[in-house]
Amino acid sequence: MVSWPNFLSQALNGLVIGALLALISSGLTIIYGTLGVLNLAHGAMFMVGGYAGVFAYQYTGSFAAALAAGALCVLVLGIVMERLVIQHFYSRPDEDQILVTFGLGIVFVEVIRLIFGSLSQSMPPPSWAAGITSLGFMIYPTYRLAVVGIIGVALLLLYGLLYRTRLGMIVRAGIEDSVMVDSLGINVMRVFMIVFGIGAMAAGFAGIVNVPIAPITPDIGESILVEAFVVVVIGGVGSFPGAILGGLIAGEILSLTSMIDPSYSQVMLFAVMTLVLMLRPQGLLGTRGRA
Amino acid sequence: MIKTQNYVIGGSSRREMLLQGAGILAGTVLPGGVILPALAEDHPALGTYPDGSSGSSVFIGISVPRTGTYAAQGEDLIKGYELALEHLNAGNELLTKISPNIKKGVLGKSVEYGIADSEAKPNTAVQNFTKFVNDKKAIMITGSVSSAEAVADNKTADREKVLYLVGISGSNDTTGKDCARYSFRECIYGQTAAAALGPFLIKMLGKNKKVAYLTPDYTYGHTYQKSMEEYLKEGGWTTATNQVSPLGTTDFSSYLLNVANSGADVIVNINFGRDAVLSTKQAKQFGILDKSTLVVPYNTPFLAKEVGAETMQGAIAATDYWWTLEDRYPLAKMFNDAFRAKYKTNPEWSANLAYMQIAMWADALERAKTFYPPDVIKAYEAGAKVQSTVGEVYFRAADHQLVRPVIVQRGKKPADMRGPDDFYDVIEVVPGLGLMQAPDAFGCKMGEYI
Repeated sequence: MVSWPNFLSQALNGLVIGALLALISSGLTIIYGTLGVLNLAHGAMFMVGGYAGVFAYQYTGSFAAALAAGALCVLVLGIVMERLVIQHFYSRPDEDQILVTFGLGIVFVEVIRLIFGSLSQSMPPPSWAAGITSLGFMIYPTYRLAVVGIIGVALLLLYGLLYRTRLGMIVRAGIEDSVMVDSLGINVMRVFMIVFGIGAMAAGFAGIVNVPIAPITPDIGESILVEAFVVVVIGGVGSFPGAILGGLIAGEILSLTSMIDPSYSQVMLFAVMTLVLMLRPQGLLGTRGRA
Repeated sequence: MIKTQNYVIGGSSRREMLLQGAGILAGTVLPGGVILPALAEDHPALGTYPDGSSGSSVFIGISVPRTGTYAAQGEDLIKGYELALEHLNAGNELLTKISPNIKKGVLGKSVEYGIADSEAKPNTAVQNFTKFVNDKKAIMITGSVSSAEAVADNKTADREKVLYLVGISGSNDTTGKDCARYSFRECIYGQTAAAALGPFLIKMLGKNKKVAYLTPDYTYGHTYQKSMEEYLKEGGWTTATNQVSPLGTTDFSSYLLNVANSGADVIVNINFGRDAVLSTKQAKQFGILDKSTLVVPYNTPFLAKEVGAETMQGAIAATDYWWTLEDRYPLAKMFNDAFRAKYKTNPEWSANLAYMQIAMWADALERAKTFYPPDVIKAYEAGAKVQSTVGEVYFRAADHQLVRPVIVQRGKKPADMRGPDDFYDVIEVVPGLGLMQAPDAFGCKMGEYI
């Protein structure tokens, strides 16, 4: 039902959903933009980060330790995955890359299921973000507001890395033209490894941040993967600001359309993606000619 | 792939690869379904009869979700099936108490089984079904958690002429418009749960309340919601909103905000499996459960364990079986003891359902005295009574639905729990017959026996 309080609450909620999508998608877009690899294991990275964090929380009782564990574990996993498997597929056709990341994704899900089982695992929000905040026109879980802040900081750090460091400059150059970067004598392979690790880490960090909202199960990454790809298409492949814009737009679409008819919110998201592909195929902030 | 670099597909061209693949596929689709002319007994060959039962053992296929939203419930079904088959092959007192007809094995043969993951998807379930029938000559297939897969299995059973025993399925359609001659359902469903809960809720909470529904977007969700709405209308209850979400949703916040803004007094959460866990947990986070009563008309196994007693206290639910019924029914106690001995944990209703389906199948076979499917079906349809973990039950011939009670529960306050698993009080055990619709009310038209 469309009413003023409902509109405001859904718009705020869209921001929260959007923030999560923005972080996950920025990881996906820099991997796709730099390496040209469609990482279909990205959803599994999100999930593994969640489990690593929950595991750390169960041992230490600390939210911060959980966040750190989630991020670092997936950073390492991403780097290992790239070194052991992905790097051998750069010269292989796209289909092979898709299949291998898809297969790895399945392997990760099943290994986690073997270790932890299929019942969900949860982690409570930290005490400073627990409970409900009254915003006048509505009440809202405090932790979701905190998530916007946490992800905002993470995105700022990622931005700093990409736009204020030499490594970031190389990564952005690699997105433009990796052959040129290679010709300039820069060790492109090492850059690829780091980019894959960072991209995966973004998903893993998002995974653990999301656990207090939605307890994780091994399959939780499936729907996230699809939405992340839609966001990347909308925002533009390889564009970090595009992923953030795309994420926020997607979040708002999902929330606001559910006010009118909840069964159509997912359909609207895909409809917008189709519209973008038809009118501006490179994405909102993408550059024409990029992969 | 480094861009602007031409790549070479190693080895054969794409066309050759396609041809190779097609060749391999064609080779696997051998005529495995060739049925030998019937030798023993005076029944013509039908489905996997007599091939599947000509040896010293028979094979059954178990197809349940082991991945995805309903994985936890699928695993619990497997536990029930495995316990039942262990008992059946060795002979067990519990089975004899359920029906004195049951002996060791079925008609003197041991029962072997295979398990396949249906992912709660109809296509995969049908593939599993036909694979078990073609590869293993399965004489019976069982299992489901999603009504979508149950309905698909119903149709496949009628087509393959192989018996199908429904696992978890709450949709009215499974023994309604999608009923099947070769299929039998044990558990409670939309109509019976709504008929039990409706009057109870009106009595408990009063008239003219506003309801918000959280409905999963497929046959189970829609038929269940319609049934609930119909029965609650009797007390003047109105629908404030019906939030329909796709199966596998992880973030229910937009739906819950709509619910919060709808002014509903009662939240009816029809979601099942992981969807139920997440939506209930998030409803608590949004403070909705503090102001409205939660009703779970088809209680998910392990829901209370996963969301916690703090959230479930005061919630009203309808279910198929709850372990504390052992105080009321001696067979429930025997079942619980056997389950606890093997698995070190209390059974949920999915495990109980699986156990009962195997037991009733063995009973039907012994009464039919043959594996010939039409005779087994007629044995089921004879409506012989068996003793179950919730009292005496029997199958209704017209729609193959088991006539059995609905268990109404209420979530306990954490302080009142006598143990870590003691989440619910059983408030009422409502006898089934009065709750069921007229046999043809949902459009059930049974197929042929042959």
